[in-house]
Amino acid sequence: MTSDTLTIADKSFSSRLIVGTGKYASPAVMVRAHEASGAEMITVAVRRVNITLPGEGGGPRVPKEASLLDYIDTSKYFLLPNTAGCYTADEAIRTARLGREAGLSHWVKLEVIGDQRTLFPDNEQLLEATRVLVREGFVVLPYTNDDPVVCRKLEDAGAAAVMPLGAPIGSGLGIQNVNNMRIIREFARVPLIVDAGVGTASDAALAMELGADGVLMNTAIAGAQDAVAMAESMKLAVRAGRLAYLAGRIPRKLYANASSPIEGLVGR
Amino acid sequence: MPGPLTVSELLARLAIDARRVAVEHNLVVLKRGTLDEIIVHEGDQIEIVNFVGGG
Repeated sequence: MTSDTLTIADKSFSSRLIVGTGKYASPAVMVRAHEASGAEMITVAVRRVNITLPGEGGGPRVPKEASLLDYIDTSKYFLLPNTAGCYTADEAIRTARLGREAGLSHWVKLEVIGDQRTLFPDNEQLLEATRVLVREGFVVLPYTNDDPVVCRKLEDAGAAAVMPLGAPIGSGLGIQNVNNMRIIREFARVPLIVDAGVGTASDAALAMELGADGVLMNTAIAGAQDAVAMAESMKLAVRAGRLAYLAGRIPRKLYANASSPIEGLVGR
Repeated sequence: MPGPLTVSELLARLAIDARRVAVEHNLVVLKRGTLDEIIVHEGDQIEIVNFVGGG
């Protein structure tokens, strides 16, 4: 499977797993989990810098906290800034532009949230932000509902991939609407990344078995009791699911179909 | 802070590593190469962002 790469826009990745940087117990655990996951693309959020003003009369400054980038080898990992927490197209567009300048890449995981409790996307604002950012030359990867029509509209707006949620962000419920995911697979002409909702390895494997081109997750790994072990399990699950998809599974049947020959049975 | 000063000078006074951040000046995102040239005036709106953990 060495040549089975995930290609989005002009970039190819040998791993089909994309992982986040949020909610880890410590930066050291995150670093080891990233390694264990085998992922090559890593999501980051864009937030205001905590400002520490110089001490009065030239006194000592508050010690600077370490930056996230101190823990990510950017020669090894491709950074994907997100617009998480944005509730309007305008906010998301501003955040994407800032992310581009901070990361020096024109890729963005576009999130425009419509509801605080479910973190479901606002489709209208998402489409608007996609159109604007595509015009500005961004490679837009929109986090979207598991709605085939919205996914098609995003694609028509120039999105480089569609990233439907399997379940609400951080819920760990796994893919809730398998049938919609199948239809999105049928419709999509750009890469399909299942983004959000994965809880454990079988969820990731299922996404890949349904024909997803990749899976993006954060909490499932960062929140696991052993994040490093879970990261490795996700790497294997994504590979296993991908292989199973390519292998072509047997049809489901209602009744049994014996694996051993019926002829030559003893005593008949 | 006594002014006027450039965005680069502002970042230096705040002990912020300019290579790790992006700056928006009155709603316009500044290109990295322009931080030495843009002057910050009284009442200007500045956003300074960096990358933090997220999914």
